[in-house]
Amino acid sequence: MTVNSIYKEEKKSAFQKVSEVIITMASRPSGFIGLSILIFHIILAFISPYIAPYDFKAINPTLMLQAPSAEYWFGTDDLGRDVFTRTILGGRTALTITFFGSLIALLWGGLLGIFCGLVGGKIDDIVMRIVDAFLSIPWILAMLLIVSLLGTSTEVLIPALGFFYGKGIVRVARAATHDVIAKDFIVSARARGHSNFSIIWNEIIPNVRDAILVEGAMRWSWMLLGFSSLSFLGFGVSPPTPDWGLMISNARGLMSFAYWAVIAPIVGLSSLIIGINLTADAFAKALGIDRSTKAPV
Amino acid sequence: MLFLIIKRILLGFITLFIVSLITFVGTEILPGDACTTYLERQAFGEQLEACYRRLGLNVPAYERYVSWAVNAIQGDFGYSLSGEMPIKEVLGPRIKNSLVLASAAIFIGIPIALILGIVTALWRDKLPDVAISTVTIFAMTIPEFISATLLILIIAIWLEWLPGIVIVPTDVSFLELLPNIVLPVIAIAMIMTAHMARMVRSSVIQVMASEYVQMAILKGVPYWKMVFKHVLPNALLPAINVVALTIAWLLGGVVVTEVVFNYPGLGRLVIESISNRDLPTVQALAIILASIYVSINLLADLMTLMLNPRLKTLQIRK
Repeated sequence: MTVNSIYKEEKKSAFQKVSEVIITMASRPSGFIGLSILIFHIILAFISPYIAPYDFKAINPTLMLQAPSAEYWFGTDDLGRDVFTRTILGGRTALTITFFGSLIALLWGGLLGIFCGLVGGKIDDIVMRIVDAFLSIPWILAMLLIVSLLGTSTEVLIPALGFFYGKGIVRVARAATHDVIAKDFIVSARARGHSNFSIIWNEIIPNVRDAILVEGAMRWSWMLLGFSSLSFLGFGVSPPTPDWGLMISNARGLMSFAYWAVIAPIVGLSSLIIGINLTADAFAKALGIDRSTKAPV
Repeated sequence: MLFLIIKRILLGFITLFIVSLITFVGTEILPGDACTTYLERQAFGEQLEACYRRLGLNVPAYERYVSWAVNAIQGDFGYSLSGEMPIKEVLGPRIKNSLVLASAAIFIGIPIALILGIVTALWRDKLPDVAISTVTIFAMTIPEFISATLLILIIAIWLEWLPGIVIVPTDVSFLELLPNIVLPVIAIAMIMTAHMARMVRSSVIQVMASEYVQMAILKGVPYWKMVFKHVLPNALLPAINVVALTIAWLLGGVVVTEVVFNYPGLGRLVIESISNRDLPTVQALAIILASIYVSINLLADLMTLMLNPRLKTLQIRK
């Protein structure tokens, strides 16, 4: 057996690595539950337009606030719309916006953090001061300002959420970069005369990727929480788009006699957030990263 | 040591300076300004000019920034647009109300979090741990507005124990406020307690696995003496920073909780002033909330520094 063939045996394909991580995640009860909930929600988001029994915006004054029945499984809301239809459709917008939002957060936060960790010095100082300043403004104030400035369209919400949830990733990526920067392989890459870009791409990213991915998964659930809070406050998606945050805030005033209209979206949103959280936790454990001592920054 | 403290305080001020720049620029680039919002359809000609002069908007932006910042340092944030009263007077009772809410949540939350965290750590993976950990995961992941809504539905509407919505004037006395704040305090304390309990748990577990604790066990130190003398002092120190960050992070969550309970605090003022395009108030709020965040973090850093002998001789990593 030559050295080359041993090397090839140890090298796994990306698909093998991913499936190994998923199997490790699912081997814990909490990870299994989290993954199942998340997959259920993702499948539901894809198929819900085809299985929804009624039109989500069909207003029917004769059917206002009907209790759950065989015909209307979760009852109807104050405008006579079917709550079941709106509940299964209610996660689509939130899932899409926050998924792409966290991708953007991962990209800019991760790259800026790696860059700052690598170059250090003045640039690093200045960038970190600005990141600190942004961190100290409550996210909700900043998001509300942006939304009232630019409107609540998807093209505004995705980059805005992506920007505001990425600043925490800058810190994580920078710290992870500091951990590897003094290792021998970076020093020897520098000695070989590699450019900063080459060092980032070939040496640093493969080593800090796991930490940043875990952070991104966690951000996804926080972003979902933030986005639904915005909808709840009336600064997120605009009606009549079915959205859980919006549904809860609409049905809240009438919940003393029509509790079903508020319970259904509550179950939907809570289960999705818990699902993503458990999945992110299991993901961190499968990759061997301890996040239990982290604060929600 | 003294140098480190001074450096840390200076960094806090630099952060606040950048925050003030960000909020000033941020509110400056909003379409329309205070006067066009205030005058609505009459916003043209002589009236607009007069309004600009009255609010001092006819000078260049950087001059306005300087005069605004100089006044803000002295606690004068100018006039709010909607109420036409000094922002100082609008803020005063709101800050007091929010402080009541936050400090009640902290005083209830921290002891419970400590107990839960220590119990779950000492009985790791046993029944108490599994039960409490499951509950804390729920408590900390569910959005504030959901737990608040559920609290109102169950305790105020179904059981009719407490009022669900706070209907009091802004400058209410403390005793009148008391029955009204029970549910908001529970809603806030729940999330905070869950975060801190998890933090304390992992911190205690880490220390329990360390060599000096193993040594103490081998020496035959009684279990509880070991827990209180060797484990807890070392485990709770790193928790201070995370507790501070959790409290600061809650500033955002308090906004939502206050809206759900119609509580007249800073959080509802955030929503009101942004809905009304009351930019001077938004600027003041941003600075105040950021100052709270920065000072809580500063306090936590200084406490860690004072309490940890090892850090006295080392540079703190930023």
